[in-house]
Amino acid sequence: MNSKTFRTLAPSIFVGVGGLLFWEVSLAVLQPEGFLLPAPSSIARALFDNFDVVWTGMKSTGYIVVTGLLVGVPMGVVWALLVSRFRLANETLTPLAISLNAIPIIALAPIFNAWFGLLSPVSNQAIVALLVFFPVFINTTKGLTEVGETELELMRSYASSSWQVARTVRIPNAMPFFFTSLKIASSLAVIGAIVAEYFGGRQDALGPLIVQNAGLTRYAEAWSAVLAGSAMGIALYLLSGVLERFAMPWKPDADMVET
Amino acid sequence: MTTRDEVARAVSKLERKAAMKWSARRAVIFLIFFVAISFAYSGYKTFGRAIDDSQTKWPVIGRALPRTDDLTMPPMSDIIAEFGKPPQRNSDKPLVAFIVQAASFTFREAGFGFLLGVILGMGIAIVMLRSPWIERGVSPYLVASQTVPLVAIAPIVVIWGSNSMGWLPFEWTRWMSVSIIATFLTFFPVAMNGIRGLLSADPAAMELMRSYASTRRQTLIRLQLPASVPYVFAAFKIAATGAIVGAVVGEISGGVPGGLGRLILDFASRYTTGPPRLYATVAGAAVLGIVAFALVTIAEFVTLSKRKEGSLAP
Amino acid sequence: MTATVQPAVQISGVSKIFNLGKPNEVRAVEGINLAISEGSFVSLIGPSGCGKSTLLRLVAALTPASDGEIFVNGKPAEQARLDRDYGMAFQTSGLFGWRTVIQNVELPLHLMGWSKAERRERAAEMLELVKLGDFADYYPRELSGGMQQRVSIARALSFRPSLLLMDEPFGALDEMTREHMQTEVLDIWNKTGKTIVFVTHSIPEAVFLSQRVIVMSARPGRLAADITVDIGDRTFETREAPRFFDTITQVREALRNKEPSA
Repeated sequence: MNSKTFRTLAPSIFVGVGGLLFWEVSLAVLQPEGFLLPAPSSIARALFDNFDVVWTGMKSTGYIVVTGLLVGVPMGVVWALLVSRFRLANETLTPLAISLNAIPIIALAPIFNAWFGLLSPVSNQAIVALLVFFPVFINTTKGLTEVGETELELMRSYASSSWQVARTVRIPNAMPFFFTSLKIASSLAVIGAIVAEYFGGRQDALGPLIVQNAGLTRYAEAWSAVLAGSAMGIALYLLSGVLERFAMPWKPDADMVET
Repeated sequence: MTTRDEVARAVSKLERKAAMKWSARRAVIFLIFFVAISFAYSGYKTFGRAIDDSQTKWPVIGRALPRTDDLTMPPMSDIIAEFGKPPQRNSDKPLVAFIVQAASFTFREAGFGFLLGVILGMGIAIVMLRSPWIERGVSPYLVASQTVPLVAIAPIVVIWGSNSMGWLPFEWTRWMSVSIIATFLTFFPVAMNGIRGLLSADPAAMELMRSYASTRRQTLIRLQLPASVPYVFAAFKIAATGAIVGAVVGEISGGVPGGLGRLILDFASRYTTGPPRLYATVAGAAVLGIVAFALVTIAEFVTLSKRKEGSLAP
Repeated sequence: MTATVQPAVQISGVSKIFNLGKPNEVRAVEGINLAISEGSFVSLIGPSGCGKSTLLRLVAALTPASDGEIFVNGKPAEQARLDRDYGMAFQTSGLFGWRTVIQNVELPLHLMGWSKAERRERAAEMLELVKLGDFADYYPRELSGGMQQRVSIARALSFRPSLLLMDEPFGALDEMTREHMQTEVLDIWNKTGKTIVFVTHSIPEAVFLSQRVIVMSARPGRLAADITVDIGDRTFETREAPRFFDTITQVREALRNKEPSA
């Protein structure tokens, strides 16, 4: 590791390690009863002891997350492609989507449960898909439509068709926007799945695990489930990053400095 | 009155007209959307009833689709009518009054948490501005926090709050736990965007301030804070939505009385005695989210139009 | 310069009005009559907002004329656009960041359906012409501003149009790079014999590059003067020659005096 990388990473490592130590030590010293944030060591132990339960939870929740993403993301992209084609559609539907995104979608959970059944995975998948749809749609549309004037004039001078413009300019231009939205979608999907599970769904998933353990004041166990959820979110985030590298080989690395 | 004044007045009048036209257009689009949704809903019900009546089986996919009986999907007219009906046997207060009351309760919880989160977030941002070392240390965690299911922590916070806050000098009510959740959900985006916004001040302008021997505080107030406004408002939009969601989820997991979450819980558990009530309440929650978002957007519009700069996208 | 040969570009009685009838109506250009002969290098110069860029875009049929007619190579401008009779270079290079340099030059050929091998060959040839052959596989962000503009010129020439339209392509470059690029463009012009219409707001640039400097008046843009540049072959010494400065003065005075010539 060269000195520049070290200097960039050192403070955050310091803060992270320091924070964990402080947390552990202050709890050992103060020993408050049933504290909201148990010591890292007890969370780690809870995770280790209950690993199979947590792992089952991850699988159940993960199933909802992935299936919801597989529906919501393509829908977002397809609608973005459609809307970017017609200026009127863009001017009306995109602001609408931005406003609709402000709705607490999770509040629809009870209604979806009524529609699809409390135990059916569809209600939770629908929440995830809906949650994920909006950022993907909004950002991808932005990427497809915010193309430079010069580039568009150039394409007009080539007497290109709309489809050619879409293929050679709009879609490549939209890629960074799409991948940003994909990263947002990954975390949203996990959050949505877990919270939807508070309302109903498989009882062995992460959501119920968190709530039940919290209700029994077994905070360490509850946090270990939260941690598992985070890990899933981070894994999806990293996966998006890998896909991004694949799809956009022209993008500079994060630590490459532009002269 | 000089020509310059006249021109300025004419321009601001034009801007106000443009603003009103813009809001009117948005309202119309919303209305059309609502009508379209109602049509789709009612149309789906009719379609489903027709298939039931004709005794043909739903196609395979159809088994996953919602059933169209009036219990599962109450007619749109019933839902709209329900707003006016009193949900409690002993009082005359219509449902809509309950919903508005609960919504304002939730709004206040979320709003309180939001304000606290903004103060803490901007505070941390200013600290990070002072010390690049702290900034480099803390930023990655701020960014990483977006991947942590913070809303998922809501139940833990609320349950713990109701159990364990005896050591505080004042009475800890349950709504305070919910506000804490909103604070968390506001703090991270505001801190993240806050530091980015503060650092976005034009280097040339920074040099100008230095040439005026401006103190650090003056530079902060006169240059960096104004420069951060577009970024901070973008964070506000995310935070406002997050605070509302966090508040509702917190209320539901903690059974906090008085808020929309409690209302949704009640009507969900007593679903069969009156399905439209749940729909009406959820609609109320939806409106609350939009209102919160609209408030931030209007605040942004007012602030930025004075400076004639563009806003950052959500 | 014979009168019987058809001019490359024929502009007759052309006007362009934006937002006709609305409160923000703008008369960009008015009553333009201009003939540009084949193989000539003509500059359009004028104060900001005089409509020179608009005029160029009218010739490119990127926007329709409100009045009058424009013929390029004997056909209506719109047809010339559909037939891809011209190449265009803009002030911002408009290179696509996700394509390598050579892929950017191949862009129009790609759109015209050329085969991969043919595209590659022609693009490589064009890059040699602008002396960037070694940078074929670089990405645009790795190149300097001047180099990016050279790539954009290579791209404009890739399908060998007879007409080249350039809208202040060197506007964003520093003086030294500008002078270098001017020499390059003249070099290309000498080698390829194309007709070039060049919009600029720099008087020395207009005089150095072209045989004819068309001066436009402020909005609404009309032709104020049509100055023939007679300073011989351009060499390093040209920029310091008295004739050069005299012609610059001539152009400057025409710019100050906004009355359109008969």
